[in-house]
Amino acid sequence: MSDIKIENQTTDAALPAGASAADAGTVPLVASRVARRPGRGGAPGSRRTRRDWVWLGLAIVFGLLVAIPFFIILVNSFKSPTDYNTSGPLLLPKELYFDGIVTFWNRVDFPEKLWNSFLIAGSVAVLAVALSVLNAFALGIGRVKYRTGILLLFLLADLIPQEALLYPLYYMFKSVGLYDTQLAIIIIFTVIQAAFGTYLLSSVFGTFPREVLEAAALDGAGKFRTLVRVVLPISKGTLSVLLIFFFIWTWNEFLIPLTFLVSNENQTVPVAITLLQGDRLMDVTTTSASALLGVIPTLIFFLIFQRTLTRGITAGAVK
Amino acid sequence: MAVTLAARRTAPRRPDRRSDGMSAISGVRSSGFWFYLIPGLLLFTFIIFIPLVWNVYLSFTDWRGIRPPEFIGLENWIELLGDAKFWASFRNSLAMIVAMVIVPTLLGLVLAALLFDVIGRKFGGRVASFLRATYYLPQILPVAIAAIVIGWILRPDNGALNTVLESVGLGELQHNWLGSPDTAMLSIMFVMVWVQIGYPVVIFMAALQRVDPELYEAAELDGASWFQRFRFITVSAIRPEIFVVTLTCTIAALKVFGPIYALTGGGPGTATIVPSYYSYIEFFQSQQVGYGATISTALTIVVVVVAIGFIRLQVRSERAEGQR
Repeated sequence: MSDIKIENQTTDAALPAGASAADAGTVPLVASRVARRPGRGGAPGSRRTRRDWVWLGLAIVFGLLVAIPFFIILVNSFKSPTDYNTSGPLLLPKELYFDGIVTFWNRVDFPEKLWNSFLIAGSVAVLAVALSVLNAFALGIGRVKYRTGILLLFLLADLIPQEALLYPLYYMFKSVGLYDTQLAIIIIFTVIQAAFGTYLLSSVFGTFPREVLEAAALDGAGKFRTLVRVVLPISKGTLSVLLIFFFIWTWNEFLIPLTFLVSNENQTVPVAITLLQGDRLMDVTTTSASALLGVIPTLIFFLIFQRTLTRGITAGAVK
Repeated sequence: MAVTLAARRTAPRRPDRRSDGMSAISGVRSSGFWFYLIPGLLLFTFIIFIPLVWNVYLSFTDWRGIRPPEFIGLENWIELLGDAKFWASFRNSLAMIVAMVIVPTLLGLVLAALLFDVIGRKFGGRVASFLRATYYLPQILPVAIAAIVIGWILRPDNGALNTVLESVGLGELQHNWLGSPDTAMLSIMFVMVWVQIGYPVVIFMAALQRVDPELYEAAELDGASWFQRFRFITVSAIRPEIFVVTLTCTIAALKVFGPIYALTGGGPGTATIVPSYYSYIEFFQSQQVGYGATISTALTIVVVVVAIGFIRLQVRSERAEGQR
């Protein structure tokens, strides 16, 4: 029994974990609560000692250390190799040079890879959320028999290394003619992500307010209607967070897409970029440009989704 | 999410543990819900369960991937026990654990406490969340891309690090960072610390929101040093999250693949080989499917044992806590 409790805890905490950006909005909330505490001053910063400034300095220096690789990749992607060799890696480019980026963009057919990644990650996100909802509805609200054992199985699926599935999957998909197709990747990751989603949602649904469910039952709603009209709207916040995480996690997947997507025109962004490292065409700044193109999409997701996630979570908190 | 956590904490006992065959909707039997589990269980069986069992079976066979597998009993497993490369790969996994668990957790604790306790309070939440977002940036990258970013800086001939060393007069420190046995693993570890550091910071900061700020204030008034406050308030309050972070990161460390594939291919020699990469090359380069299956099964066993061990440990420590 206690084991189960712990595992629930793991998932509860694991989401904000991966979520990171998710709670960006809640911190200012806390900070303002701290600031409003009775006491002198009120506004933050009223009693900053010299030591506080030292700590701030250290935290900023650490932030710079983390950010420097991004900066280096950014400036050097816009240099010509000659410029790079004369001015070194840290200076800004003498003049903006786009050949590296353009060369790599065309060589890798970047729009095609973006679309592939988007199609795969988007389909997986939607399908995996749908599958998680169905599973969690049966386990968390339906409370079917053996649900603890079934949940443990899903947890196991989330835990095991993909290498342990890789060759059998490769063989199976090859024999049904789905090897080297995006559909194969979509099916596999729908199941893998839904394993986590089922686990998380079952514990969320397990604490679903009974009165609401009972009210729906009194109104004569069947199971499916209860799911669609009651459960889904109320858990919208959690579902959208799951959707976004499934999307990003699938976008970032590497081993299985690398193994399955051997044709260039099927490959995802991370796979295509990694496979071109060391290619003849890749001079020093073109390689930098390749890294930059790999970084940009996820950076954009980070900026867009940070808001959505915050909204989802604050909405959940109000309830 | 913090809300879910808090809710669970205040009401730890789930009321409806009994298996009375009834669902959460009164008067509706559980059995009617099986229908909703059918697609999930079917897919799970084909994509996870069958491949997993099959892979375990393959570890007892000799298979080149073409003719049917030939059952050879424990031969692969015996070979594995004497395989220096296999043991080297697990030693390297320990290095990954240092880089992805130990360093990020310790550093993450200090950074989270710093952001929450000092910077959030004295300079405002905006500064703290901005810094936190910065630390988190590498974590959102596909890990192979993160490896390529750092790998670019570490290029041997004209890489950024070597060029900078040269220009500040430390030319003799120039090195083929990823290409020499003495620094290849360190370089990979550096990539992983960079990737991983934001994760504990974010979790620990979310966890710290549970801590009553008055506690810090009171401790400060009582003359507690920063380190004392850190140890007795911060660390003890977020112990469950420390467990979660170390567990999830240890499992991730055991599964590392992308950076090795993108940067070193396990080399030079076996300097950076890890179990998952080793099984990958056995599957697809050496065509020794049976042996690859043996390595990946061994890795699976280690992962599962580690997970169970962690969870047991946590249960025990929670129980000890409860008795106090």
